Amino acid sequence: MIAQYLAPPAFSLRFIHVWRRNRLVWRKLAIASALGNLADPMLYLLGLGYGLGAMLPEVSGMPYIAFLAAGMVCSSTMMSASFEAMYSGFSRMHVQKTWDAILNAPLTLDDVLLGEMVWAASKSLLSGLAVLAVAWALGLVASPQALLVLPLVFLAGLAFAALGLIMTALAPGYDFFTYYFTLAITPMMMVCGVFYPVEQLPAWLQGIVQFLPLTHAVTLARPLMTGTAPPDVWTPLLVLVGYAGVGFYTALVLTRRRLLE
Amino acid sequence: MVPIDAGMRHHLRASGLRKSFGGSEVVAGIDLAIEPGECFGLLGPNGAGKTTTLRACLGLTGHDGGAIELLGHPVPEQARAARERVGVVPQADNLDPDFTVAENLLVYGRYFGLRERTIRQRIPGLLEFAGLSTRADTRIQTLSGGMKRRLTLARALINDPELIFLDEPTTGLDPQARHVLWERLRQLLAQGKTIFITTHFMDEAERLCHRLAIMDHGRIIAEGAPRELIATHIEPQVVEVYGDGAREWAASFGNQAADRCESTGETFFCYTRDADPLVHDLEQRGGLRYLHRHANLEDVFLKLTGRELRD
Repeated sequence: MIAQYLAPPAFSLRFIHVWRRNRLVWRKLAIASALGNLADPMLYLLGLGYGLGAMLPEVSGMPYIAFLAAGMVCSSTMMSASFEAMYSGFSRMHVQKTWDAILNAPLTLDDVLLGEMVWAASKSLLSGLAVLAVAWALGLVASPQALLVLPLVFLAGLAFAALGLIMTALAPGYDFFTYYFTLAITPMMMVCGVFYPVEQLPAWLQGIVQFLPLTHAVTLARPLMTGTAPPDVWTPLLVLVGYAGVGFYTALVLTRRRLLE
Repeated sequence: MVPIDAGMRHHLRASGLRKSFGGSEVVAGIDLAIEPGECFGLLGPNGAGKTTTLRACLGLTGHDGGAIELLGHPVPEQARAARERVGVVPQADNLDPDFTVAENLLVYGRYFGLRERTIRQRIPGLLEFAGLSTRADTRIQTLSGGMKRRLTLARALINDPELIFLDEPTTGLDPQARHVLWERLRQLLAQGKTIFITTHFMDEAERLCHRLAIMDHGRIIAEGAPRELIATHIEPQVVEVYGDGAREWAASFGNQAADRCESTGETFFCYTRDADPLVHDLEQRGGLRYLHRHANLEDVFLKLTGRELRD
């Protein structure tokens, strides 16, 4: 029995139809959804960027609001992917039983979870894109090199979606997600270099944040947006790929255990 | 591997199927064979293992022992290929609440890899079949229970399946809605579809099924055509006696005159080959309410599975 749960994922291209199903729902609510994507990061960017930024000298050799912009692109990606994979994913899995209906068609749970992960990453890409567009409009983006942030955002979206799907597989109800936000999302938001350089942290904490996915997304996004060469491309990419891959497999095993009984 | 010709003869074949959850055996070695064009019913009280059997046959849950072949494909190994030619009406409604009636069919058709054009061509016919032609753009929340069930049935037909699984399809429906659904299922049988239905409604099984199996505690305890089962397992006549005095009557007369008597609370069921002496006696005494009828599938079911509550 346990061997069945641990079987490696077997995908088919049918996962695209799960993605399309979610897109069709999203299209009906696109405007409200886009506003939601923008409102939160904009508040931070404008409020902190201009308000706090006015009192600060340059941070890491740039105006504070420009520094903050890269952090906001990444944190809004994290938020968007996590929300979609947890609250919306849980609705579809547990409340609406949408996944059960799909599993009666020639799809497997592997297809469904892959579709959900790619969908959550797609939505987070829109969030990241929205913040990037605002940053560009405010003149905070140095060069077209910033467009390279988009594939990075998608990858980070996959990683956070995978982590969110693990929580969804474990959740008895919506309240469960509060723990994850309090214990993982909010702390990452605070210590991963979104608002200030991680070098400001005590050494022991700097060691810890090197293991967190948001740190690596921000590390790579910031130079891309400010037009400089990232010091290290491979470490952040590998960490994010690792989170996405291991996270997805873990979510798959846990969801198989939950649903295939 | 099962030989190919066996797969041609049966739409579904399970042999020696076993499945345990947490140490208790829910399906304890059952054999099933469903032939093309027939309506096969799996009957059983709650917790008998019907839904688990059905899910195992679809490859949605693994089994611990035995072999399953669905439309010529071994399950669960090739369950995905088998499900391309199967329609499923699940026990709980899981229509997509984010979509309209027509969108539910469209999105579901995509899961089968059907071309957009094919799906759109099929939708009007399916809506008509479900009696929902005027509701194509209605949201799911505003549909009645019966409409939702019919739409779920229509959704299960989007891939033009050869075999349709229905898991307790009329639970929770009012009599009108149940009769409409049965009529639709008969239409499908007339079109040559094969149906595998689980139910605990005996009238449903008696009306629809060509053959049925009664399942309890994970085993099949009787199998055959509805009339066959009644003829084999139970006396042909039943006299039900109700209310105060029924117990005394049974003790003083009924128990001796009938072949067999059972009771639940204040009601006595007397099973017999010849009901005349019982009816005659009840008429003469007067004062006792009674009903004289032919034995039916429910009598068989209760005899075989007992009258105790299953929770």
